[in-house]
Amino acid sequence: MQQQFSGKAWVFGDDVNTDVIFPGKYTYTINDPVEMAQHAMEDADPSFAGAVQPGDIVVAGKNFGCGSSREQAATCLKAAGVACVVAGSFSRIYFRNAINLGLPIVACPELVGRIQPGDTVSVDLANGRIGVNGVATYAFAPLPEEVFQILEAGGLVPYVKSRLEQQSV
Amino acid sequence: MGATFSEKLLAAKAGQSACRAGEIVTIEPDVVMSHDNSLAISLAFAKFGIERVKYPDRIVIVLDHAAPAPTEKYAANHKQIREFVRAQGIKNFYDINVGICHQVLPERGHVVPGSVIVASDSHTTTYGAFGAFAAGIGRTETASIWALGELWLRVPETIRIEISGALQPGVFAKDLTLHIIGQVGADGADYCAVEFCGPAIDAMEVGDRMTLTNMAIEMGAKNGYMTVDAKTEAWLAERGVTEYARYYSDADATYKQVLSIDCSALEPQLAFPHRVDNVKPLSEAAGLKLDQVFIGTCTNGRLSDLEIAARMLKGRKVCPSTRLLVIPASREIYLQAMRLGYLETIAEAGGVIMNSGCGPCMGAHLGAPAPEERVLSTANRNFKGRMGCREAEIYLGSPAAAAAGAITGEIADPREFL
Repeated sequence: MQQQFSGKAWVFGDDVNTDVIFPGKYTYTINDPVEMAQHAMEDADPSFAGAVQPGDIVVAGKNFGCGSSREQAATCLKAAGVACVVAGSFSRIYFRNAINLGLPIVACPELVGRIQPGDTVSVDLANGRIGVNGVATYAFAPLPEEVFQILEAGGLVPYVKSRLEQQSV
Repeated sequence: MGATFSEKLLAAKAGQSACRAGEIVTIEPDVVMSHDNSLAISLAFAKFGIERVKYPDRIVIVLDHAAPAPTEKYAANHKQIREFVRAQGIKNFYDINVGICHQVLPERGHVVPGSVIVASDSHTTTYGAFGAFAAGIGRTETASIWALGELWLRVPETIRIEISGALQPGVFAKDLTLHIIGQVGADGADYCAVEFCGPAIDAMEVGDRMTLTNMAIEMGAKNGYMTVDAKTEAWLAERGVTEYARYYSDADATYKQVLSIDCSALEPQLAFPHRVDNVKPLSEAAGLKLDQVFIGTCTNGRLSDLEIAARMLKGRKVCPSTRLLVIPASREIYLQAMRLGYLETIAEAGGVIMNSGCGPCMGAHLGAPAPEERVLSTANRNFKGRMGCREAEIYLGSPAAAAAGAITGEIADPREFL
């Protein structure tokens, strides 16, 4: 898995909930990730889905992904090409969903309010470092080993597959 | 040093003598529930390359989020879920005629004190009202439990909320719940267990307690928790649940935070748009016109909620400029409310009674508001677009506040109608 990213920042505020990331009205009618990406962030910033570029980085304040457990709120960002989500903190279900889908996710309270839209953000997962415009650098706590393994495998599907294969040997 | 409920229960489930907040444990949940999202989960399950779920008897599936199917697409989803249920031999399947999952699971005896329940729905925290450890998870994770029978959990820190005093007439569990969320904030309990206790909780009926644990997720909680008492025992015994392990927090357990709230002076509360923690006294919004009022959901669609609405609507009419939608949370509640005359009273007043399910709560089904409309709902979320329209305003309140709103066509103090 790629452990270093650099991309353009899309900046959102605190408590961005999963209803605005992926509206509930689509939750049972859209199962294709590409189609989910067309509605990403629809009720937070309707321009996002049309303008986001592969490799861009979503930046937010505290409690990103609060509310519903809907996994599509992570799927839609991954399918839109978002390389990583950096936030002050995450709701716990969103955190699990992102890891389980292999969407890199970094909690860094220190960064809140210090990134402007369009800034270039670089993330080094292995060393726990975030750079902004090649100037400022911030440190973040690495993921627990048990959790990092799932992300490293590319998400829960490849992780579980390999575990099942080991069990059947 | 003592341990909290969550530390004790998760240690026991992990086969350890003890564990502490912050530790990661791997456990086998007793129940894994999913709903209309079971089709997406079965598609994720198919990617694992195995044929059979590991423990079919631990799986519960309830069709409630868009039930009955509003479109061909939903109907096809439901059909595929039924086929999957049959193929896997899943006995605990509740079709569109039973009710909302978080009401159905306790009613049908799937919620047992001292058990671990995970479900692909954020309001899974509800079951903490019965002394269970219950947390929401996502779809892929649910599929992985179908395959492996286990998951990892971080043992949560615990916030203890002691509630003293007694609620005044016209002030309900929902008002208290909103008040707490307003105090704690949308992220104030992120990753934490929230333990509700004190005389005000002891005095509450089981259904009202569920309103508090249901909304624990709205302050970010991993799980809610209440001690099993004689009321819980009696409620569960009626559902055939009589034998279970009990876990209590020790007096010297370590808490992240202890909050004391006296509810005696609390007045009716509302969550204002577009945040659940944007809570203010109802009086601050009095007089705002309402286009739609919704009484129902896993938060407030229980018998006591319908009783209060019916009592207030008796001999009165729903304001002609306002639509009142009412959904009993389950078929059991629907039947009780019908026999007791509540549904007749509400319908006579001009309310629309709909079938048990999630209804308009999350915008997937029926009863969506139009742009520029204002809704007062007894649900648990008022996020922008939540009910299917991003230009609508949603206020959250108690069933009594909702009934008062339906009668007057505006936000009004329910105490004037009791």
